[in-house]
Amino acid sequence: MLTMIGKRLMFAIPSLIGVVIVTFLLTRALPGDPAAYFAGPAATKEAVEQIRKKLGLDKPLIEQFFRYTNDLAHGDFGNSLTTGQPVAAEIRNRLPASAELTLLGLIVSVMIAIPLGVLAATRPGSWVDHLCRVTTTAGVSLPVFFTGLVLVYVFYFRLGWSPAPLGRLDVFYSAPPTVTGFYLIDTLIARDLEAFRSALSQLILPATTLAIFSLAPIARMTRASMLAVLSSEFVRTARASGLSPATVIVTYAFRNAMLPVITTLSMVFSFLLGANVLVEKVFAWPGIGSYAVEALISSDFAPVQGFVLTMAVMYVLLNLVIDILYGVIDPRVRLEG
Amino acid sequence: MKRRDFLKSVSGLAAGAALPAMPQVISSAYADARSETLLIVSEGGPNNLDIHGVGTNVPGYEVSWNCYDRLISHEMKSGPGGVPYYDRDKFKGELAEEFKIDDMSVTFKLRKNAKFHDGTPVTARDVKWSLDRAVSVGGFPTFQMSAGSLTKPEQFVVIDDHTVRVDFLKKDKLTIPDLAVIVPCIVNSELVKKNASEKDPWGLEFTKQQTAGSGAYKVTKWTAGTEVIMERNDDWVCGPLPKIKRVIWRMVPQAGNRRALLERGDADISYELPNKDFQEMKANGKLNVVSLPFSNGIQYIGMNVTKPPFDNPKVRQAVAYALPYQKIMDAVMFGLANPMFGAPKDKATEVAWPQPHKYNTDIEKAKALMAEAGMAGGFETTISFDLNFAGVNEPLCVLVQESLAQIGIKTTINKVPGANWRTELNKKEMPLFTNVFSGWLDYPEYFFYWCYHGNNSVFNTMSYKSAEMDKLIDGARTAAAIGDTATYDKDVKGFVDLAFTDIPRIPLYQPFVNVAMQKNISGYQYWFHRRLDYRAMAKG
Repeated sequence: MLTMIGKRLMFAIPSLIGVVIVTFLLTRALPGDPAAYFAGPAATKEAVEQIRKKLGLDKPLIEQFFRYTNDLAHGDFGNSLTTGQPVAAEIRNRLPASAELTLLGLIVSVMIAIPLGVLAATRPGSWVDHLCRVTTTAGVSLPVFFTGLVLVYVFYFRLGWSPAPLGRLDVFYSAPPTVTGFYLIDTLIARDLEAFRSALSQLILPATTLAIFSLAPIARMTRASMLAVLSSEFVRTARASGLSPATVIVTYAFRNAMLPVITTLSMVFSFLLGANVLVEKVFAWPGIGSYAVEALISSDFAPVQGFVLTMAVMYVLLNLVIDILYGVIDPRVRLEG
Repeated sequence: MKRRDFLKSVSGLAAGAALPAMPQVISSAYADARSETLLIVSEGGPNNLDIHGVGTNVPGYEVSWNCYDRLISHEMKSGPGGVPYYDRDKFKGELAEEFKIDDMSVTFKLRKNAKFHDGTPVTARDVKWSLDRAVSVGGFPTFQMSAGSLTKPEQFVVIDDHTVRVDFLKKDKLTIPDLAVIVPCIVNSELVKKNASEKDPWGLEFTKQQTAGSGAYKVTKWTAGTEVIMERNDDWVCGPLPKIKRVIWRMVPQAGNRRALLERGDADISYELPNKDFQEMKANGKLNVVSLPFSNGIQYIGMNVTKPPFDNPKVRQAVAYALPYQKIMDAVMFGLANPMFGAPKDKATEVAWPQPHKYNTDIEKAKALMAEAGMAGGFETTISFDLNFAGVNEPLCVLVQESLAQIGIKTTINKVPGANWRTELNKKEMPLFTNVFSGWLDYPEYFFYWCYHGNNSVFNTMSYKSAEMDKLIDGARTAAAIGDTATYDKDVKGFVDLAFTDIPRIPLYQPFVNVAMQKNISGYQYWFHRRLDYRAMAKG
C-alpha cells in the first residue's frame, strides 16, 4: 500500500513542475498590464513605471520565473494585488469555505442521486426511471447561477425562509475560532449552537444549488452501471439461488456497480471545487473560485498561479484517494496494484 | 455578550428544550446590534486601507476618508433635491482648529486635544511626516498632490508642536482644495515608523493592513474581498460624535442580490446597481434613492485626432450630429443622467463645466458634413469600451453603432477587459471609444488641463493638441491664481467654445451617482469622491 502511494506521488512531481511552468507563462501571456491597472486611473507614464518597478515586472521573464520558483520553494506564493494579501494565506482561508460548500453539496447530491439511480435501474421504464431522467436533465441543463438566483428569489426574497445570501455566517455573528476551517465543525467545537444554526442555514441554498447541478452525472452513472451489473451472470445466479431481492441488489449488485460511480464522484468533486465560482458569486461566498476569477479579471498573476497550483495538488491527492478507495471496494484492484 | 453567554449555557444544558425559545431571544439581540450598526453592501471592497499605498482602489478611499482626518475639509451646502452637497468654495478646519491663508503660504493651528486611535496626541511632526509621505511615495498620491502644486517636502514646515505652515511653490488656486481631498490624510507617524523597514521607509505594508489615523472610525476587522468592519472612535474631537457605532461593509458581487437585500430590509445602503434597478426602486418608493450628478464628470465619445478619418474636424462634427443622444439617455441611463447635448442655438456659453453643447441628432446634417469632408461613401472603424462598465458601455456602443451606420460609418465593437483598458488608453491608438472622466477638484480649467491640454496626459484620450487651446487653458489657470476674474471668464468661455467646435470628444451626459438606502437612514452627504461619509449618517 505504502509503496503504491509513494509511487503515485513520484509520478505527480513532473506534472506539478509542468503546471508551474505553464501557469507562469500563461499568466504572462494574458492581455493587460498589471502595472497600468494598479497605478490607478489618474496615473502618468512615470507613475506606471514606478509601479512596474515596485512589482518587479521590469525584470526579464526568466529572472521573474526564477524568483517565482525560489519563492515557491520557500512556501511564498506572492502577494495578491487586488486584495493586498499574501496569496498563501488567502488560499488557506478560502479553501475551507469552498471545500465545505462543495462537500456538503456533493453529500446532498449523492444522497439523492444514488438511491434515485438504483431505483431507476431496478425498474427501468417505470415512473421512477422517468423521474430520474427528468430531474437529472433539468438539473444539468439549468446554469448554476440561474438555479442559484431562482432559489434566492423564492426562498429568500419571496418566502423569507432562508437567511440573506451574505456569505458563510449572518452578519451579526462572529466566526468561530478556526480549527478545521469548516464552520459546521468549528462552531460545534466552540459549542456555539447559535452560530452553527446560522452557518448551516447559510449553507443550505448554495449547497442545494450545487447538488442540483451535480445530480445528473452521478445518478446517470449509477443507473447505467447498476443496469450492467444487474444483467450479469452472478446476479442471475444469486437470484436463482433464492436470495432476497434486497440482498441481491445491495450486497451483490451495488458493490460491484460502485467502481465507475466512485470515479464519477471524484471527477464531479474536483470539477465542482473549481467550477463553483458562479455559486460563490451569487451567494457572496468567500471561496477560492471567486477569488481566482477576480484575480484573473484584474491580471493579478500571483493568485491565479496559486489557485492553479493548489488545484493541481488537489487533483493529485484526490486521484490518490480514489485509487485507494478502489482497493477497498474491489479486492482485485488491490492484488494488481 | 451576556445574552450570548446565557444562550450558550441554555443551549448547552438543554438544547432540545431551549430551541423553540431561541428565535425570540436572538431577534431581540439582533435588534440591539442592528439599530447602532450600518450594514452596507457593495460589489467591490478595498484592497488597501491606506490611500498612500501602491494601487489602492476606490473602495479603499472610503476607508481612508472615514478613518483618517485631514487638516481641512469642506463645508456642506444644500445640493440638488435638498441633499447635502459639499461646498467647493468653503473650507473648515478638521484637524486644524484654525488656518490662515497668506500670500505665499498657509498656516494651520492644530487642535490640541486630537489623539490618534492608539491615544498618542496628533502633533505638527505627524502632519509634516504625513504630507512628506504623500508627496514622496510616488504613484497616485504624489500625482494628486502635484495637481495642487504640492511636490516638495520642503514646503511643509513645523513651527511648533501644534503649528504647521505649508509654503506655496507658486500661486495656484488648487493648492487649498488639494489639501482637502482624501490624499493629504494625517498618519500616526511614530506608530508607522516603528513598523517601517529599510525597504519600506514609509511603512506602507503596515498601513495597508490597519488604519493608523485619528479619524472618526477605525477598522477593527478586514477580510479582503469579503467584509470590512469599522468601529466608532469615541475620542474623536474633529467634529460632533457620529451616531453610527459600527459599520459592517459586506461585498456582495451579485447586483440582483444587493437589490433583494435592500428590498427585504436586511441591508441598509447599497450603490453600484444597474440604472434600471435604481429607476425601478425610485418608482416603487419603498427605499430612499438619492441620485446626484458626478461633479465635474462626463461620459463621452472620443476620437483619435492624430489619424484619419478623425483628424478631419468635419468628420468629427458629422459624428457629433449622428449620435443617438436621447436614445442613450432613455434606454441606457433610464433618465439617471444630465443631458450634455442639444443646448438652444442662441444660448450663450457659460463660465461653467460641464455644460451642454449644441449638437443634436440630425442625420441629414451629418450626411452633408460627411460629403463635405469627402467621405460620402463612409468608412470602417472600431469603437472600444471598458468591459468593467459593460452595463452602460455595451448598450451605449450598440446604439452608437446603429446610428453611425446611417451615415455610412461601419463600426465593429471592441470590448476591452478592465485590466487592459488603461493600457489601451495609454497607447492612444483606439480610433473611437467611450469613457468617463470625473475630476475631484471641481474647476473647469482642472478638467480641461487633464483632458484637452497639449501636454497629452492619460486623459487626453484623443491626443488632441492645439496651441490655441493650450493658451486658453494656461491663461485661465494663471488668471485663477491671481484672481483676475475678467480674463478667467474669457478664457474659460474660449476653451469651452473651442472644445465644442473642434469636438475631439463628444460629451453625452453627466452621469449620476446613485445610492439606495432604507427610509430610516438619514444624513447622506454628497462628496467629490462620491463615496459614503459615515460620520454624518444616522439610523432610525
